[in-house]
Amino acid sequence: MKNSLAVTLLLAGALGTAASAYAVDTRARFIAANCSYCHGPDGKSRGAVPSLAGLEPGYFVDQMKAFKDGSRPGTVMKKHANGYTEAEYEMMAKYFAAIK
Amino acid sequence: MTINRRDFIKASAGAVGTAALGNLAGCASVQTGSAGPKVVVVGAGFGGATFARYLKLWAPQAQITVIEPNTKFVSCPFSNTVLAGVNQMEDITMPYDYLKQAVDNFVPDTVTAIDTAKQTVTTAGGKTFAYDKLVLAGGVELLFDKVQGYDAEAQKTIKHAWKASADQTGVLRQQLEAMPDGGTFVMSVPMSPYRCPPGPYERACMVATYFKKAKPKSKVIILDGNPDIASKKPLFLAAWKKHYGYGTDNSMIDYRPNNMPRMVDAKTMIVGTEFDEVKGDVINVVPPMRAATITGIAGVRDGNSGNWCTIDYRTFESKVTKNVHVLGDSTLTNFPKSGSVANNTGKMCAYALSEEFAGRQADPAPVVTNTCYSAGSESTAFHVATVFRWNEEKQSMVPPPNANGISSEESELEMAYMESWARNVWADTLGLPESYNFTAKG
Repeated sequence: MKNSLAVTLLLAGALGTAASAYAVDTRARFIAANCSYCHGPDGKSRGAVPSLAGLEPGYFVDQMKAFKDGSRPGTVMKKHANGYTEAEYEMMAKYFAAIK
Repeated sequence: MTINRRDFIKASAGAVGTAALGNLAGCASVQTGSAGPKVVVVGAGFGGATFARYLKLWAPQAQITVIEPNTKFVSCPFSNTVLAGVNQMEDITMPYDYLKQAVDNFVPDTVTAIDTAKQTVTTAGGKTFAYDKLVLAGGVELLFDKVQGYDAEAQKTIKHAWKASADQTGVLRQQLEAMPDGGTFVMSVPMSPYRCPPGPYERACMVATYFKKAKPKSKVIILDGNPDIASKKPLFLAAWKKHYGYGTDNSMIDYRPNNMPRMVDAKTMIVGTEFDEVKGDVINVVPPMRAATITGIAGVRDGNSGNWCTIDYRTFESKVTKNVHVLGDSTLTNFPKSGSVANNTGKMCAYALSEEFAGRQADPAPVVTNTCYSAGSESTAFHVATVFRWNEEKQSMVPPPNANGISSEESELEMAYMESWARNVWADTLGLPESYNFTAKG
């Protein structure tokens, strides 16, 4: 599974966004793509904003919760964290974790 | 009995999946003899380019034609930094090469006719393209005739620079460079709704930051058609006070609300408002605007006295014409007319169509975001950020509690994020590879 995803990602790399050859959670894919204008296509940032690709899912979800409750200070992220549900944090986390 | 193409696509897709789409599109195809549904995208700005790229990723069977008259992408976001002298035109100009590789057909041409009954698009170059889905992403049309004297001759001298290009942004920068110290720069803000709500106020900051360094006796006069600063007000006021002496006798910025430019005279270099005549050494009037010319050709300007396009939030389909979708600044929505929104709603439309092409319903409750940075000085910036979610009760996309707001204050960190935003949104929109060398700096 992991290998086939890696190959697919490699092929999709030229186009810029992760695509999986098998059953895709299209809602998760879209919600994750929401992040890319700041965090880069595929969550691979080209600048000072952190990349999201390959982050450990538990870490990702914890950071979103920390932005929401204010324990992690931020600039734009508190508003974004307030706009998504915890289930959506999980969807995004899983999606970005799968990107190499 | 006739069955329209949309219903047929739905029925076919529902019954036997995407193979049926291939047969249908194959029968109707005139251009490519293609297998998938034919999607024609008019305009490759933040909305159209992002849409085309993501639809190809999410529905590879779609046969995507992009029609765009410009040979290169010139970014409106960040173009005010060219006026400041921080960046050059080439720093905000990027190639279409990667987008061309990503879609089936990239046509450098201008659309002159649309037949929404026959579902065809015709270009100035005489080509006709049939579509199953038409996506209009043409930005805005500037209404010069709403400002007396702003004719073709006057436009040689007076630049709007609200569609970034060498002839607009580039020339305006040259005019500012040629202006003597002690001169006056007169700029305007159109009535809402307009493209990029914070843009004019950022422009004042960026021109003032240049004046402060190079021409400290010069002034910026802002003629605002609106009754007040239309976006990020506390942050712009703070930046004007902190950096440009706003509120003192020595203020570099002179802000005049309720001052809609009604006329311009490029010979005497005067802008006339309802109350006043203002003389400038450099004049930058942004005329009123409406949805792009192409939406007029398609007959989908149905909202706000026939100036903008209403859409179904879940698909971006026009509320008046089936199979015509409208993206970005042409739409009348709760979203601000920003590059981030055009980019993200381009994906939202691609998501909805890829679901439809796969025989599924579009997401009934989508979520989408806006994050928009403005520069207050050469080294500081600030943001507005909003998450919009489908609200069943309001039948609209609205921010949930505490999911909308602006920076508490400007910062150098946010300038670094603004630069990063530009690189990432350009990469995301145009498919620029990881090796792409960005030269624009924050």
